[in-house]
Amino acid sequence: MASLKDATAIVGIGQTPFAKQLPDSEKTLACQAIIAALDDAGIAPSEVDAFASYTMEETDEVEVAKAIGAGDVTFFSKVGYGGGGSCATVAHLAAAIATGQASVGIAWRSRKRGSGPRPWKNTAVQLPTPAQWTRPFGLLRPADEIAMLARRHMHEYGTTRDHLFNVALACRNRANQNPAAMMYERPLTRDMYMTSRWISEPLCLFDNCLETDGALACVIVSAERARDCRQKPVYVHSTAQGLPAQHHGMVNYWNDDPLSGPAWTAARHLWKQADFGPQDVDVAQIYDAFTPLIPLSLEGYGFCGRGEGGAFTEGGALESGGRLPINTGGGGLSEAYVHGFNLINEGVKQLRGTSTAQVPDASTCLVTAGEGVPTSAVLLRAP
Amino acid sequence: MADATTEQEPLLTPTVDDDGAPFWQYAARGELRIQACTACAELRFPPRPCCPHCQSFDSEWRRMSGRGRIWSYVFPHPPLLPAYAAQPGYNAIVVELADAPRIRLVGNLVTAPDAPLNSIAPERLRIGAKVQVAFTTLDDGHTVPRWILERP
Repeated sequence: MASLKDATAIVGIGQTPFAKQLPDSEKTLACQAIIAALDDAGIAPSEVDAFASYTMEETDEVEVAKAIGAGDVTFFSKVGYGGGGSCATVAHLAAAIATGQASVGIAWRSRKRGSGPRPWKNTAVQLPTPAQWTRPFGLLRPADEIAMLARRHMHEYGTTRDHLFNVALACRNRANQNPAAMMYERPLTRDMYMTSRWISEPLCLFDNCLETDGALACVIVSAERARDCRQKPVYVHSTAQGLPAQHHGMVNYWNDDPLSGPAWTAARHLWKQADFGPQDVDVAQIYDAFTPLIPLSLEGYGFCGRGEGGAFTEGGALESGGRLPINTGGGGLSEAYVHGFNLINEGVKQLRGTSTAQVPDASTCLVTAGEGVPTSAVLLRAP
Repeated sequence: MADATTEQEPLLTPTVDDDGAPFWQYAARGELRIQACTACAELRFPPRPCCPHCQSFDSEWRRMSGRGRIWSYVFPHPPLLPAYAAQPGYNAIVVELADAPRIRLVGNLVTAPDAPLNSIAPERLRIGAKVQVAFTTLDDGHTVPRWILERP
């Protein structure tokens, strides 16, 4: 069986500014990020022959390919489940390039969630039938669904709001070091956290990600070609998607064990394909639309035991110099919420050695997509 | 709590599909029924066409006692749809059924079937609290389950 292990590399990354409100359209932002990523890689747009995106993206590959001047495209893919698909874009391009279906792949995300429509504000007009079991009862938004899991996790394992604050603080502290982050120079204190307004009790304002305008993109080529590119390659070491048996939508209340979500499924495959394990991960970028996703993911990806995700955050474990520095650009909670794509690019920066919160000598990085929904993850490795 | 806003903006009603329709039809008769496989007798929820255990397409709807326990709960705060924002401090709960603990239903804990979603004091909610189903018919004719503490 052919292995994808280190067969491809991310050789270019690009991003637009992040803000609550940007004047440009989503399509324009997407093209800006993609052109920047290709420029970073030193590859001409006409060489691009593969695109991968994930749902809830408004800019189709047809439009993007035309706008940037791509050549003939021989592979394109759109992964389902919104933020669960971020890392799968890299996975699909890696598979396509490793098997000779294409040679230069672009993955991207463009959003105007800050100034554009907020998808959960008007759930009445987009009520899919699975929602008949949840939304009529006022479980309206992803925040409500994750808060339900958080309360149960607190009850079963003694997870506390201080644990969730540790997550929010680690992300905010890294954003305070990152001039591109929306929360640059905007510190967070425990008092601010504990006295902020509720969004869905037990989750408060600072347990929720930012609403952001912005776009990001990355360029993937074969490992062989990567050696001739402008930047130090960052190898795609292992990838996985995860849709657990008997899963349902955003959360898994109907599974035997709702606190073991898609991360557990993705993790089993991810580690099986890798040369190293959780103990060898130098830095992690973990999808953080909501703070409880971090303890749940720490458990799912094997950084601690079942139920230990809250306690893992104690003693500065997630901060620079801690056991597992996370979301070193600030993450969705404090850099920008661009459906997790900023986590991919931040992983690349860490392994290039160019992060604004650089982990010394980082050579391995886990990046994850949204937990709760069918998800994906990628392990990145420096040369 | 019913003010002008709640009257103009009704609560969301279930968007029913073929698989879920019997649940709501039984609810309209005041019965809590869960889909069960006719071949292997396994319960399944949410409803679907085929049994995940034995792949049989034959199913029946088994009546439940309506007793359960609160598995978890939340208090959503704005920004919310107007009908929900008009009931500040309302709760949403997940109930695990006494008859089948792995069958869990999202609902609301209230003081009486027709009472507002914020009718019960928040401090009365507790994981593990015993609850009993009751049904209420919304203004548009949909009947939905509500949950009441066994010891009010």
